[in-house]
Amino acid sequence: MAEFTLPKNSKIQPGKHYPAKGAKNPRTFRIYRWSPDDGQNPRIDTYEVDLAACGPMVLDALLKIKNEIDSTLTLRRSCREGICGSCAMNIDGTNTLACTRAISECASGDVKIYPLPHMQVVKDLVPDLTHFYAQFASIKPWLRTQSPAPDRERLQSPEERKKLDGLYECILCACCSTSCPSYWWNGDKYLGPAILLQAYRWIVDSRDEATGARLDDLEDPFKLYRCHTIMNCTRTCPKGLNPAKAIAEIKKLMVERRSA
Amino acid sequence: MADTQRPLSPHLQIYKRQVQMMTSIVHRATGIALAVGSVLVVGGLLHLAAGEDSFNQFKSIIGSPVGMVLLFGWSWALFYHLCNGIRHLIQDAGAGYAIPQFVRSSWLSVAGSIVLTVLVWAYVLMAGGAA
Repeated sequence: MAEFTLPKNSKIQPGKHYPAKGAKNPRTFRIYRWSPDDGQNPRIDTYEVDLAACGPMVLDALLKIKNEIDSTLTLRRSCREGICGSCAMNIDGTNTLACTRAISECASGDVKIYPLPHMQVVKDLVPDLTHFYAQFASIKPWLRTQSPAPDRERLQSPEERKKLDGLYECILCACCSTSCPSYWWNGDKYLGPAILLQAYRWIVDSRDEATGARLDDLEDPFKLYRCHTIMNCTRTCPKGLNPAKAIAEIKKLMVERRSA
Repeated sequence: MADTQRPLSPHLQIYKRQVQMMTSIVHRATGIALAVGSVLVVGGLLHLAAGEDSFNQFKSIIGSPVGMVLLFGWSWALFYHLCNGIRHLIQDAGAGYAIPQFVRSSWLSVAGSIVLTVLVWAYVLMAGGAA
């Protein structure tokens, strides 16, 4: 059953304010904070950052805060160029990567930053992705074959390869899945847009020989059919992919094979 | 692992109110409203079956200001659910998944429902008398 409000231990309290003294171009960042160590509820801390001495991206501002203002601020980051997916978070109301979102692209006023929505928080902006990764493993995201391995690579025509475009680029940042209200309410059983896009990536791979088994696995009221084409996933994907379309294609394949 | 209970990060409270999410929520809400509204239709039929006096009583309730507002709301819910339902049907067929397409079709459902509601009520009020 969908729980629309936050549990008692998750309600957000007012937090601390860190002013920027003598800043030439200050911008305020309101950031979700929670530490497992102090027994307190989550809070919103307010940091003023001098953009005159800061890089252009939201990640630059977060690292400036961590380096110069408050070293306890905790976040994941690695590649700083939108390929690792570590710094996925909710910025300015939608899920995206802090490294590829420019501060200037955020709506005027304070920049609000939260962890990915409806996730267990490990600390500050770090969500627990254990369940998400377990769901990914459940679709067996590797090439499954019965035919004997050839002496060389399994070949694919350019047309067959083209079917993977728009799918192989997914970096599993979880922005789409955690933007999906269906995943919020039924994430324990519904696989969510990211995992279903990955599932489709293997379903349409011409070299994969387990297409039927893959569709069998998804034929379930929850795993696949909790998608109600809300489209938050596609709207928020920082890589410009279309998980909603991939899910629609899986549903179409389900109908086609039933009527075949 | 710390033995503290981890909080749940905020979701509905903080996610940007984008048109595609709002139309989906309203689709659910109007579906529920229509289910309740259909009870009213059944009530009307029961009163009709019970004879003229009973039906006149029903008419006076439904024709009261509160009744009219409810009827107006239900008729809009019906047209919204219809328009957005057609949109979902098209999406189920695999079309309209580009961001500009579904943003436009979301707004079209809203606009279509308002136009249809106004048209029906203009006809009802001009034809004289509701219910």
